[in-house]
Amino acid sequence: MIIRPVTTHRIAVAALWTVTVLTIAVLLFIIAFILAQGAPHLSVEFFTSSPRSMGREGGVLPMIVGTLFVTGLAVAIAAPVGIGTAVYLTEYTRESRLTALIRFGADCLAGIPSIIFGLFGSVFFVITLGMGLSVLSGALTLAIMVLPTIIRTSEEAIRAVPRVYRDVSYGLGGTRWQMVTRVVLRSALPGIATGVVLSIGRSISETAALMLTAGSALGMPRSLLDSARTLSVHFYILSREGLSMPKAYASASVLIVAVLLINLLAYWSMRRFVAKVT
Amino acid sequence: MPDDADNQVRKESERLMAELPHPAPEPGQPKAAAESFCAVFDDRRVLKDIDLSIYPRERLAIIGPAASGKTTFLRCLNRLNDLEGNFSHSGRILLDGRDIYDKGMDVSILRRRLGMVYAVPTPLPWSIYDNIAFGPRISGQRSRSRLNEVVESSLVSAILWDEVKDRLREPATNLSGGQQQRLCLARVLALDPEVLLLDEPCSGLDPISTAKIEDALAELKRRYSIVLVTNNTKQAARASDRTAFFLMGEVVEVGTTAQVFTNPQHQRTIDYITGHFG
Repeated sequence: MIIRPVTTHRIAVAALWTVTVLTIAVLLFIIAFILAQGAPHLSVEFFTSSPRSMGREGGVLPMIVGTLFVTGLAVAIAAPVGIGTAVYLTEYTRESRLTALIRFGADCLAGIPSIIFGLFGSVFFVITLGMGLSVLSGALTLAIMVLPTIIRTSEEAIRAVPRVYRDVSYGLGGTRWQMVTRVVLRSALPGIATGVVLSIGRSISETAALMLTAGSALGMPRSLLDSARTLSVHFYILSREGLSMPKAYASASVLIVAVLLINLLAYWSMRRFVAKVT
Repeated sequence: MPDDADNQVRKESERLMAELPHPAPEPGQPKAAAESFCAVFDDRRVLKDIDLSIYPRERLAIIGPAASGKTTFLRCLNRLNDLEGNFSHSGRILLDGRDIYDKGMDVSILRRRLGMVYAVPTPLPWSIYDNIAFGPRISGQRSRSRLNEVVESSLVSAILWDEVKDRLREPATNLSGGQQQRLCLARVLALDPEVLLLDEPCSGLDPISTAKIEDALAELKRRYSIVLVTNNTKQAARASDRTAFFLMGEVVEVGTTAQVFTNPQHQRTIDYITGHFG
């Protein structure tokens, strides 16, 4: 039997449409489910107070602060290191065994389960370096964890910058550093920013590695060496220990909305920046 | 008081001479000269014993079939080939009597002195203004008013000012191909170079855009030495004072354009300009 081209086209459109709708439907269902369970328990007090009786009562202000601290610090460490590595790999070396090895190492690092990073962090940062269960230990562990993502996405973005841009910059007497900072990074910025946003998302949602490194103290973190419980860890403990499912869903709602807001903010500021420089 | 007036005239002329951007070389001295210059990529000799002089205030056309070494020669003049890892050379290229491959030669300054326009228009993905101001900016020019002057005068010299003066903040990529190529010319002129290197600048342009570039060159040769690599023998005949014919990495013939086109000395030159090969 021969199927006519028009028929195959219709089948393909129907199939593609179905999988797209399915994907979006699953995503919307998860968000709607969490919000439906959590939103009724949200209140101003939930955002502005500390948890009481192990989290059965009260709010999540210390967790919001802890999440911001740990994630912000992790990305603040990982972004410069990762982007710097990507620049070095693409602009300052020729392809060699060493660059292949660095790239291979980064890829392996990306595939390691987060709990392994947590184990490493708890042995190295928490115990050996004596940082204890703290914001700093957690942030450093997360920084190592998201480093491969930032390196590889930045590398791809830098490689996508047309070669002639480099010739133009050199031809006008630019040094390599001027070429990198004023031409290449400027053009690669949207791609690099995507990698950083992905890393923020991964850091915010990380649970296992943080339990072993940042700990799960309920109090407000007041310094980098204080233990901090992030929202995702809080959610895990509330649900795992069966302390309070309503509070767990409320925390999850805050987390989901925060991730959405961060993504929107990142894309919005990126679009503005790109519009400004082009 | 005739003496005073004389003195004033002398002082004024001395001041003007001192302000001239580059001391004019002695008459008859070449601005730039290749002496037994060979360029080698890996083991392939792409340029073989090139002896070729470029004089002040002349347009030298370099013609020849594809892969004859024209572009390589141009890229040797401002040392862009240095960026290829497998490049090596022998012989000398003198600029005002000094070997540009000397150890003490500052490559950034050298490339500013020899401005390059590429075969394909290469606007950077920024505004028209930022494209022109890029060269002066990376060489340290910060003054807003000075940059404004340079942008205007460069665009005027490249015969583009009237078309873009009201939209300097618009993306350069919105310009037509011919306008983009004149933008690239203006970008080079903004650095106040001494030699203009043009690599088939009109290969992708329509006849009117080509004529505009040729008009600009005719005007610019009052101030600069111009090397025009072209695949178009008619353009060489129209828009140059002297012509060199390259074949397989060697200079077959060089002479005044009139002589090369009306009375060529070599059979291979005759074959090429009459269209028997190439």
